[in-house]
Amino acid sequence: MHSSGISIWFFIGVLLTAYGALIFGYGLYELSSGTMAVANYHASVWWGALLLAAGLFYGLRFRPRRGE
Amino acid sequence: MFDLASTSIAAAGAPSSAAALLVYSASSLAHLGPLDIAVIAIYFAMVIWIGFYLKSKANTSEEFFMAGREMTAWIAGLSFVSANLGSLELMGWAGSSYQYGILAAHWYWVGAIPAMLFLGMVMMPFYYVCKTHSVPGYLKLRYGQGSSTVAAVSFAFMTVLMSGVNMFAMAEVMKIVLGWDLNFSIIVSSLAVAAYVALGGLRSAIFNEVLQFVLIWGGALLVPILGLVETGGWSGFKARLAHNIATGATTPGDYTHMWRSMGHFSDNPMGIHWTGILFGLGFAISFGYWTTDFLVVQRVLAANSLRSARMAPVIGSFFKMAVPFIVILPGLLGLVVLTNPDGSLMHLVGENVVAANPGAGLHSYNEVLPLMMVRYLGPGLLGLGITALIAGFMSGMAGNVSAFTAIFTYDIYQPHIVKRARDEHYVLVGRIVTIVGVVISIFAAYAVMNAQGIMDYVQALFSFFISPLLGVVLLGMFWKRATKAGGFWGLLLGTLTSIALWAWVKFDPSALRYVALSPDAKDMAENMYRALWSVSTSVGVNVIVSLFTKPRPIEELAGVVYGATPLPKEEPVPFYNNEWFWTAIAIVVFLALNIYFW
Repeated sequence: MHSSGISIWFFIGVLLTAYGALIFGYGLYELSSGTMAVANYHASVWWGALLLAAGLFYGLRFRPRRGE
Repeated sequence: MFDLASTSIAAAGAPSSAAALLVYSASSLAHLGPLDIAVIAIYFAMVIWIGFYLKSKANTSEEFFMAGREMTAWIAGLSFVSANLGSLELMGWAGSSYQYGILAAHWYWVGAIPAMLFLGMVMMPFYYVCKTHSVPGYLKLRYGQGSSTVAAVSFAFMTVLMSGVNMFAMAEVMKIVLGWDLNFSIIVSSLAVAAYVALGGLRSAIFNEVLQFVLIWGGALLVPILGLVETGGWSGFKARLAHNIATGATTPGDYTHMWRSMGHFSDNPMGIHWTGILFGLGFAISFGYWTTDFLVVQRVLAANSLRSARMAPVIGSFFKMAVPFIVILPGLLGLVVLTNPDGSLMHLVGENVVAANPGAGLHSYNEVLPLMMVRYLGPGLLGLGITALIAGFMSGMAGNVSAFTAIFTYDIYQPHIVKRARDEHYVLVGRIVTIVGVVISIFAAYAVMNAQGIMDYVQALFSFFISPLLGVVLLGMFWKRATKAGGFWGLLLGTLTSIALWAWVKFDPSALRYVALSPDAKDMAENMYRALWSVSTSVGVNVIVSLFTKPRPIEELAGVVYGATPLPKEEPVPFYNNEWFWTAIAIVVFLALNIYFW
């Protein structure tokens, strides 16, 4: 896929980074305000963090480089 | 269930009928907040960005229709399995597992894995070496223009119709889950699909399928994880289920074993015998779908090398084996964790019961996945789950439209309308046909909206062609003696057999005892045995007619038939990059799963 320019994994990285940042940020807010649902197990925090980490990894690893 | 797999896999018939999901409406299950809306909006922005970015990568016909044959094994493999991962599939099979237990996983394991591995290891070299751009294209090389055109016309017609059904289904589900207006959903989704497929062609469709795949796992995986945490793991779930059954709270049944109740039709709630699962689903239906349906095969044909093309279905098979974790498991967990507002155990029911009791607050089996999402996913995460469903619908539509465009341009327009033109002409035709395909889909969506019974017929129509086509392709690929007349009559009589058996049972339901060979057989068994009779007829007729007609000289069969095709030698690679190694691993995992859940 590199031969065709921007890799699909870069797009996925951008998307996951945006989602991870939003969900993780909301999870932190929720945690601080104590409005967490019982069945939720703080999922917004750790799942959001996982999405953010995966997104950053793919976004950076497959970022477009000069000449592509 | 009614997505693209409404080809044969869906026609195998999930018990909670696809159409039934759509015949009622209720107050919305979920309410989205601003964060959820933002998540959905970001997805649409990304899709359009990808479409515009890929426009410059779709200038030649090879780029537009075949994605330049540049896909890596991973991209092709994820796209391959994603093309069959429609949202209604997910919701329907989750509902089936709530109703029937883990039996539903047969459609993901024996109903897919052997066929996927067979495609990669055995059939792919022939598809790839002959450089065909489609399955009808292969038929043309092997049997001539006639059977190719018949296959192309039927496939193009059905594919674009299915795109419309998919579009309508999405609008209905969005109405049920979120309370969205039908017209709004249809217009927004069709505009987005038309934009990104017309701009970027197959590459754009494949990119979005991979995106959808990631979203589905990112949005849905959390549900079974949190469900297992709540129930105390698999053993905790089984203990709670056993307690519920013992106290009469849950309908008695074996919800956690796949094969031990298959000894007789009457021993399991689906009314199926193991021969139907193994030979009907595991061979006639799944091999037909995974090895000859152009919608999925097209993804693998776009691979950048023969090794990638063989590896793609193998990679896909591992993910396919994992899909029950996000589909079947949430349905099972719903049996013990879903509760009513008063804390009592929630009982989901069939759509007919919901429809008969409006205002009673009942939910259907097919709603189990959205209900589980609402239970476990908070703001943002719920938006992600809903985005995964939307992405599943849209990539299903895009898959249908891109396959339709390629088949129409290569197998109908080029051989019959404008035979010789500049490459740019065919790319332009492809872009126009994409728009036309979406417009036809919209008409089909509104047609289904006004007469929902059409949907059952559309699904049945698809199933008529797949199994006989399997017989014709398999004999053509592995038997040099198969002739043009044999292929034609095999395809025709196999299809007529399928239609006749379907009509027989449709008008006389008691005929099922003859088709499925048992008075205890239920509806789901019909599809399996019908497919088996159909492929048997196709092969039998092909053999008999071929033996009485003149075969093509062997030198004309080079590249399309086993024994007449020198396969290219592949460069040696370390074992961990070798497709045979991973095929062996996939077989071991497949067997282990079936034994564990025996």
